[in-house]
Amino acid sequence: MSYLAPSKRLSSQTRLSLRSIGAQKVLSDVFAQTAADAAAVGFVLAHLPREAGTVLWAQDRLSAKEAGQPYMPGIGPTQPVMRVAVSRPSDVLVAMEDALRCQSVSAVIGEIWGDPPTLDFTATKRLALRAEANGVPCWLIRRAAHPNLSAARNRWRIASLPSAAHPHDAQSPGDSRWQVELFRSRAAQPGIWAVRYDRATGRLDFSAAPVDGAVETRDGADRRRATR
Amino acid sequence: MEQTGAAPPDDLPAAMVAEGQHGPVIHDTNRAARLAGVQRGARVTDMKALLPDLRVEYADIVGDRHAMEQLMFWVRRWCPWSVQDGPDGLVLDTTGSDHLWGGEVAMLADMEAAFSGLGLTAQIALAPTWGAAWALARYGTVRSICPEGEIAQKLSPLPAEALRLNNGTVTLLRRLGLKTIGALADVPRLSLTRRFVKAKLNENPVIRLDQAMGRTAEPVSSPDAAPSFRAHARLPEPIMDPTPFMPDLCRELCDQMEAQGYGCRRLLLTVYHTDGDTHRIDVAMSVHSRDPDHLLYLFRDKLDAINPGYGFDLITLDAGQTEQMQVVQAHLEGRADETVDLSRLIDRLTARFGVRSVSKPALRESHVPERAQNWVAALHGAGDTTEAVAAERPIRLLSHPEEVRVLYAVPKGPPVQFIWRRQTHKVTRYAGPERIAPEWWHDMPGTRLRDYFKVEDHAGRRFWLYRQGLHGDGRGGDPRWFVHGMFA
Repeated sequence: MSYLAPSKRLSSQTRLSLRSIGAQKVLSDVFAQTAADAAAVGFVLAHLPREAGTVLWAQDRLSAKEAGQPYMPGIGPTQPVMRVAVSRPSDVLVAMEDALRCQSVSAVIGEIWGDPPTLDFTATKRLALRAEANGVPCWLIRRAAHPNLSAARNRWRIASLPSAAHPHDAQSPGDSRWQVELFRSRAAQPGIWAVRYDRATGRLDFSAAPVDGAVETRDGADRRRATR
Repeated sequence: MEQTGAAPPDDLPAAMVAEGQHGPVIHDTNRAARLAGVQRGARVTDMKALLPDLRVEYADIVGDRHAMEQLMFWVRRWCPWSVQDGPDGLVLDTTGSDHLWGGEVAMLADMEAAFSGLGLTAQIALAPTWGAAWALARYGTVRSICPEGEIAQKLSPLPAEALRLNNGTVTLLRRLGLKTIGALADVPRLSLTRRFVKAKLNENPVIRLDQAMGRTAEPVSSPDAAPSFRAHARLPEPIMDPTPFMPDLCRELCDQMEAQGYGCRRLLLTVYHTDGDTHRIDVAMSVHSRDPDHLLYLFRDKLDAINPGYGFDLITLDAGQTEQMQVVQAHLEGRADETVDLSRLIDRLTARFGVRSVSKPALRESHVPERAQNWVAALHGAGDTTEAVAAERPIRLLSHPEEVRVLYAVPKGPPVQFIWRRQTHKVTRYAGPERIAPEWWHDMPGTRLRDYFKVEDHAGRRFWLYRQGLHGDGRGGDPRWFVHGMFA
């Protein structure tokens, strides 16, 4: 039984809380369900380490054009950000790799649009190894993309959910809520959660996802293929 | 005008202007304009009324200052000490160097010829003191020479302005009836001292008179020229690729800089082709550096851009923007300094992707969202940060707001539905409006106000929409709607 070994390893580590999965200093993929949705960015920002250091934020041209640029008055003055705006996805990878080598960078965020051929398994493997060697969390936000083969340690899929009730005004949107799917991870069991983000405290509350029955229809073999 | 090669002939009136408090003012004029009555410091509109065909162009004040600085080093051909004196003057200490030029008269003639060779008019005077030379150059005769012991006699007919006093003091002296330096020198010293006892240097005729007469020393403290660093490789045979020579060149340049305690912020690599063509590659750094490995890294991938042609036989590497640099140990354990580390990352990324690609946010106090943040090149230092606006702002902002088609229930209310990028979004909840008025000191007249709404659509996506203008505000037709940002 070849699949027993990994499942054993998984079961021993499922105690890792979901927050600590996000706080791991590894390469993580984040797929935005819809391109112009800032939920994925919000999810990444909520996981940035609260320590001194610059966040390097690399964007390719299409990401910046279609999904906008980071806006610091909204993000808040928590961390200094350095932005690298380049046209090609391969340049984003180069900038990320360069930044991962640097000691004073506290996190690296890259945004790549679509499925460029340069973003293959080798490229992600390089990023993953470098991130782990240097102990810097690295997030790759991908839009209009397919979850192809990747060496990312955690792979997430994020979509927006209707926000929580506003405490003072029933008419207006309250705290952000996202549907978060961890569909591949080395350290935890994959799953789907509804996450509520408390912007004031920077806290993420994970809860069970609303049941929609789509997951149950798949059989075990199908799920194993999806998690690979 | 001279730099663009379009200097007008001397007989046509022309003036350089600078931005004054109430519109442009005359910065400087040529001879024809001066004779026609155009004064420095006057407003351009007044002078245009006086002289309708006055040609006017903006002055490059910073460029002038740099040119003056270079000129200060250039005049050291006549003497070892020189210093800038105000925006338009140079002082040379020619003590003991005149005999090399065949005497004082010959030296002044040589200076004037050399300056006119540069296309500059120079008013030159020679005197034993700085103050006397200043006065004679500006108010004396052409190429006047003042021998030792004749200062008082030479200066006495000159007006009181020649003492380097400010306008207020000159006016005061004129009201007192002291119009020339001679008249001032004749006043008993005690009463003058008593009158100007607390005056500053440029308001104090007593000190200025003493300086001009040589009773108070005023030495020339001559600044040293920044050393220039250059490494070069002369090749016996033309080669096609400079890469193998780069490590040695970088190391040689860094050794030179280290020996004198300097670091550079720019590097200029020049390759000289055998057919006389040259190719330059310029890289910049965010902080001073003299680390050969780092400098070498900045040229990575840039050398491929050189078209070898028939090959090249000389490679030079020049250091620019050099500055004294001290080695500081930041941590006792000898850990790498983090700011140095970050600045190297900035250098590497900038060398690769260009100055504009690597940027840091600079927050400004503005309610207009696109003005509240702009991106400044990381190479030129961090942007200034101010306190953010208290209202909630999106985490993503579109570079250009995108127009949407909306359906609304009431004209001043939020949209019920909007179509953006060919997708229909049904608005379920909204917050707002937050009204942001145009900034009249920046915007064109007629700019419409914006009402911002944070809306959430049926799928839970949160957008920042705004309506530009109001119905019937008299600034165009129906208001238009735009998507400007996205909330988390």
